[in-house]
Amino acid sequence: MFLDNLPILSMLIWVPILGGIWTLIIGDQQERMVRHFSFFITGVTFLLSAILYYQFDNSFSGMQFIEEFYWIEAFGIKYHLGVDGIALPLIMLTTFTTVLVILASWEVIDENISYYMCAFLVLTGLMNGVFVALDSILFYVFWESMLIPMFLIIGIWGGANRVYATIKFFLYTFLGSVFMLVALLYLYSVAGSFNIQALHEVPLELTAQKLIFIAFFLAFAVKIPMWPVHTWLPDAHVEAPTGGSVILAAIMLKMGGYGFLRFSLPIAPDASLFFANTMIVLSLIAIVYIGFVALVQEDMKKLIAYSSISHMGFVTLGFFIPFGIFAATNSSAGAVMGMEGAMMQMISHGFISAAMFLCVGMMYERLHSRMIKDYGGVVNSMPCFAAFMMLFAMANSGLPGTSGFVGEFLVILSSFKVSFWIAFTAALTLILGAAYTLWMYKRVIFGEAIREEVSDLKDIDAREGFILFLLASVVLLFGVWPAPIFDVMHVSIQQLIEHISQTKLL
Amino acid sequence: MRTDLIFVIPEITLLTMACLVLLVDAFSKDPLHKMTYWITQLSLLLTLCALFYYSPDYSYIAFNGGFITDTMSVLLKGFICAITIVVFFYSYEYLKENELLKGEYFVLGLFAVLGMMIMTSAYHLLSIYLGLELLSLSLYAMVAMQRESTFATEAAIKYFVLGALASGMLLYGISMIYGVTGSLQFTEITEIINSGAVDRMYLVYGMVFLIVGIAFKLGAAPFHMWVPDVYQGAPTSVTLFISSAPKLAGFAMAVRILVDGLFPLVDDWQAILSLLAVLSMAIGNIIAIAQTNIKRMLAYSTIAHVGYLFLGLIAGTASGFAGSMFYIISYALMSMGAFGMIILLGRYDLEVEKLDDFKGLSVRNGWFAFIMLCLMFSMAGVPPFLGFWSKWFVLKELVASGFIELAVAAVIFSIIGVYYYLRIIKLMYFDQPDTMSAIKASQQMRAVLTINGLLILLIGLAPNSLMQLCIAAFSG
Repeated sequence: MFLDNLPILSMLIWVPILGGIWTLIIGDQQERMVRHFSFFITGVTFLLSAILYYQFDNSFSGMQFIEEFYWIEAFGIKYHLGVDGIALPLIMLTTFTTVLVILASWEVIDENISYYMCAFLVLTGLMNGVFVALDSILFYVFWESMLIPMFLIIGIWGGANRVYATIKFFLYTFLGSVFMLVALLYLYSVAGSFNIQALHEVPLELTAQKLIFIAFFLAFAVKIPMWPVHTWLPDAHVEAPTGGSVILAAIMLKMGGYGFLRFSLPIAPDASLFFANTMIVLSLIAIVYIGFVALVQEDMKKLIAYSSISHMGFVTLGFFIPFGIFAATNSSAGAVMGMEGAMMQMISHGFISAAMFLCVGMMYERLHSRMIKDYGGVVNSMPCFAAFMMLFAMANSGLPGTSGFVGEFLVILSSFKVSFWIAFTAALTLILGAAYTLWMYKRVIFGEAIREEVSDLKDIDAREGFILFLLASVVLLFGVWPAPIFDVMHVSIQQLIEHISQTKLL
Repeated sequence: MRTDLIFVIPEITLLTMACLVLLVDAFSKDPLHKMTYWITQLSLLLTLCALFYYSPDYSYIAFNGGFITDTMSVLLKGFICAITIVVFFYSYEYLKENELLKGEYFVLGLFAVLGMMIMTSAYHLLSIYLGLELLSLSLYAMVAMQRESTFATEAAIKYFVLGALASGMLLYGISMIYGVTGSLQFTEITEIINSGAVDRMYLVYGMVFLIVGIAFKLGAAPFHMWVPDVYQGAPTSVTLFISSAPKLAGFAMAVRILVDGLFPLVDDWQAILSLLAVLSMAIGNIIAIAQTNIKRMLAYSTIAHVGYLFLGLIAGTASGFAGSMFYIISYALMSMGAFGMIILLGRYDLEVEKLDDFKGLSVRNGWFAFIMLCLMFSMAGVPPFLGFWSKWFVLKELVASGFIELAVAAVIFSIIGVYYYLRIIKLMYFDQPDTMSAIKASQQMRAVLTINGLLILLIGLAPNSLMQLCIAAFSG
């Protein structure tokens, strides 16, 4: 079939980027055209990723769909792409979310529409690039250049305090990444290659591993984000336009997680083991402390932002629980489960946080306020919306039957192998998550309409309904039947666990 | 001697043409000096042709060891000429607009280029000094050309006094080296030092003064005081010139003295350069934040960039020097674009001086706002722009040579630097414009600036060729 020879990964990167440039050429005058064209491009990108999923071989743990040729021959830097079971679900998530983002900004964005669409399309291509790059310098180029469109999206279309937020976002993430660059350059001087898989194999001293781990930690912990380097996230989320918040929460945070799996753990497994306890403690602090912080927020977007940080705590916990298991039980039983749980949590959080931000965005479009106190009684005027949001709020607090439950459950289960108290503390999130999400839901949706404007709100239209319906279906689907995701990543995760359970010391 | 002459044909061509320009201009009555301008550009083109036609693919030391033609010198001279062609193009537009047009600008410019070419090829401390003075004296006069402006006069005097001081330092260093080794020629100096027959302390003592001279001319901290004042006070066309091609010559001078001449003292100059590099990156990046004048801001940014340039030299390997060369060439391209943008936005009665003049540029002209965005992100070192690769290259060589702490310091200062570049983008994209007046620049100006900006992006996407050129320059 002709599909077999398609450079599908390159297309995932370049179709959206070229499409984005083309929207600029179409220009602001033809607004309808710009919107339809961008929707078309994201649709094509999603279909490409669907083909990728369809052709992906679940039983093979290595890289697939490899494209490889020299980019900078002088230093052996290659344009080297490939996917495994860890990257594929994240690519699907990216392409799916960007379709929603384009749909969600159909009516809200009315100035500079072609710039807006261009920024999002280029961003999509760059994000796909991050997930498929197998050369560390190529990865770094995608990783950093991604900041440029996001910087502009927050800065141009953001809220009142957008300049502060976007500069903070840029500087914070840039700060983390440059240390990763130094680490990559050091690894090159040791391994003589920028190939990520070659870096996985290179033996390193413990001190070197520790320093490399810290450098990577700075990059990925800022991105994911972990407590205490999370402070850019609430600001960026609150000030970003809805589409920007969705991309930030659903995909950009996952890049931090992906970075841990692709770089920190396999390149510095011994250092990861060394730092595992610290990382577990930091994760628990994020889960519990940030959960409490979320409880007291008055701004809905801020509340969801903090809830994201708390959920990401589960992801990092799941990544480092395997090391706890190695140390505590001397075997790797249960390790795969923890890591798969963390991956599942990333995917599921992508859908749920996107849905929550879109819900808040829909309310904001109507009332131009994100404050909880300005609402109340929304259910009376927007019953359909309230029903959808109910589902997402439940999913956000980890209700069984929704995708939010699967990941958290697996991570908690796996933590039992290490210590009861870790599992217990992590499980507190089920209470805290329910508390902050449902309390917000109650205050916003139920009760009497205290303001006139609220009772005049129009319920969601077909477009908005469609977006929420899509998200609701995946949340429920993966809640009751997560197998499609697990099948894809199982072999790759197993191989990763095997790799990190072996020491790389000289 | 006859064969030696072949290797200086480019210089001879340029000298002849510069004299011709001087003559033609003296007899020309055209207020626009069209003839002068075109002959100037033609002479640079001819020099470029001569350069590549007569370039040997081996190193050749001519004139009793005073002059060398090698890959590095040919490449750097080529870039110097090419960059100067663009600089003169921007300058001509600017001078026309601001009624500063004088034929001497081009004559002095050509002599400055000649000086740079001699510096690039010098293999003898005195020929370096000769080239340097030819360059510097031309530049002093160019800064002072706007006679009525007190700023320009002040800048010129400051530049002259400090420049003369630096030359004095350099000469003192040269005399020390001569006193110890009894020679001014680089091959002989290296041999004598390697033989171990001389006292290292006196050598290092002389070398310190040589480095001071180099740092002065390149504008590295703590010898950077003249840079902001000259950048701000000089007419923009002259600032543009000073900030581009002469940096390449300054780099060549540093390589000739430190690598070709004093390589046996590498441990000593690595330590001194490290100090200069860290200071330059710190002072340049931090003080730039406080600037409200775009030319001053770019001046401090230059100081910081010189710090990064030194990093490649500190690595002390051939590929490290190649990294520095890549850095300085990309810096010249970016700096040219940035000053070109200032010229493009400015008009006769209203020169773009303040950062606030960039407010809302994306609304006024989306395309040039985008070009400026490329330039700023590139200077900040964000991929996929050219500036990222230049930082990447020097950092890579630095790490490979084991200077990891220095690399970490460099990236920390680059984060500080990002802030003030982002501020320009913030002004252009996030703020509303104060005026909606259209940009009044000629089509050619727009076209050349567009190419300049896109080059930053395109070389950033495919940096391989330029990297390989730079590596080839030091592989001999």
